[in-house]
Amino acid sequence: MPVIEARELTKIYGEVRAVDQISFEVAPGESFGLLGPNGAGKSTTMRMIGGTSLRTSGTLLVNGLDPEVNGPEVRANLGVVPQQDNLDNELRARENLVMYGRYFGLPYSYLRPKAEELLQFAQLTEKAAEKVDNLSGGMKRRLTIARALINEPRVLLLDEPTTGLDPQARHILWDRLFRLKEQGVTLIVTTHFMDEAEQLCDRLIVMDHGRIVAGGSPAELIRQYSTREVLELRFGSERNASLVDQLRDFGRLEVLPDRVLVYTEDGEAALEAVRHRGLVPVTSLVRRSSLEDVFLRLTGRSLID
Amino acid sequence: MTDFVDTNALAYSGRALQPARQAELTRRWGWWYQAEWRLIGMKAYWSSAVGTALLTPVLYLIAMGVGLGTLVDAGSGGVGGVPYLTFVAPGLLVSTVVMSAGSELTFPVMDGFKWSKLYFARSATAASALQVSIGELVAVGVRFLGEAVIFWLVLIVAGVVGFGSWPMVLVAALAGLSFGAPLMAYAATLEEEGFQFSLVQRFVIAPMFLFAGTFFPLESMPLYLQWIGWISPMWHGTQIARMLAYGMPLPWWMVLLHLLFLVAVLVVGAVLAIRFFTRRLAR
Repeated sequence: MPVIEARELTKIYGEVRAVDQISFEVAPGESFGLLGPNGAGKSTTMRMIGGTSLRTSGTLLVNGLDPEVNGPEVRANLGVVPQQDNLDNELRARENLVMYGRYFGLPYSYLRPKAEELLQFAQLTEKAAEKVDNLSGGMKRRLTIARALINEPRVLLLDEPTTGLDPQARHILWDRLFRLKEQGVTLIVTTHFMDEAEQLCDRLIVMDHGRIVAGGSPAELIRQYSTREVLELRFGSERNASLVDQLRDFGRLEVLPDRVLVYTEDGEAALEAVRHRGLVPVTSLVRRSSLEDVFLRLTGRSLID
Repeated sequence: MTDFVDTNALAYSGRALQPARQAELTRRWGWWYQAEWRLIGMKAYWSSAVGTALLTPVLYLIAMGVGLGTLVDAGSGGVGGVPYLTFVAPGLLVSTVVMSAGSELTFPVMDGFKWSKLYFARSATAASALQVSIGELVAVGVRFLGEAVIFWLVLIVAGVVGFGSWPMVLVAALAGLSFGAPLMAYAATLEEEGFQFSLVQRFVIAPMFLFAGTFFPLESMPLYLQWIGWISPMWHGTQIARMLAYGMPLPWWMVLLHLLFLVAVLVVGAVLAIRFFTRRLAR
């Protein structure tokens, strides 16, 4: 049985179709991503899974149950990490875990030792007695994830888990999430960072304006919607656009304000040919295609404005 | 960064209750989990709350007993045949509790939705919006009881009331919730900053305190002002408290009417609060 089964799932706020007839399934143990820019409908989808946003139409089953009918049963199986940390700033780190666990009917005899384990997992043992107010952004994020694990859920919903964190804090977090995945926890992650999606997700859907524009594993998506390599050329902001005509025959191009992207199977060869033509970029870079390129191809826009 | 715990045991230790059991317990007790959290959260200002609860009646006793009371008793021989302090004390107990609803069920509610967003954290657990709103009322009710007990003990020590008057503690908490439940419902509808709360403070709570029969019998006001008392939980609670404190004559059906009013407003307020909480937490 799939962990999540969404059919024609739709959410309309007033005039806005926040989520527009999306269908997808998530298998147990899978790490599933919803990739898209802000406002694509990712968070709304997440809230519908937890039953805290009511769908306008369509069907949605979480572990075979409708979250709007069996809210408590569905949420007892979910660990929810919201986009914004909503920890209790008045309480200490340890108390935040214990008190949250109470909302799942769990006794203190279970919660106290469990909280210590989770604090260790989140590398917050030394901060256990600290008020949440005194923790750094990365620490709060890890505490929020630890809190979501207090009831040993089989499914973890992570809404933009690393937004606002520095690179080191992100890597620590990814490592923690990866460990959970190894233990069979199903991860459902929304993100607008392609590197995060590539790191964490076995499979993902790309969302834009509430609709699914593509789906598959990161490698499949790149294979399908992009070339093997990308040549990034910077000619200076004045000249980027004016040189486009001279590059047309190299293949697909994307002209961004600060650079021109040339989609090609062999980036070095393309760069050589560009130089041969007497065009000298200020800087150039050959890289492998990423999900960012997939998104650009599918929507004509970057993920991060 | 190397001392990892066994993540296998972390994800499924086998010690946690089965999800179905978690859901079952929370369906039954979710309201209490919310109350428990709110009461534990109150420890942040517990000592100041107790201090205030002790100091308030002491100050009132001095001002009303030694000060105003002396004057009133000398001028007219008390109110309704009892010394002014005896008359005013039950009203002060009830109004003090009712007025603390103005702080416990306004900004904390807005905080839960808007600033700390803790209500949203609760709605992601197995608990429901209904349980969160009821739990808030239960916790605040417990706090009201504590406040009323302290006030009452001060009155006992000062010899103003006897031990037999203890049910007025319950009446005060009921009156507090009766005023507080609709206030909480209102607070749950506010999306923007809480300047409305200072309007409530100035144009609802203050007039109620002054005109709803706490300091003088409602009947001594002109009829066109008496409605302020009739619609105030403060007055209905005070009337019963006076009967309990010094045997102010009150027919049984009036007692019933006062109680019915308090319960009815509490129920309507709670139903509205549940509705607004649900609407806001699951939209």
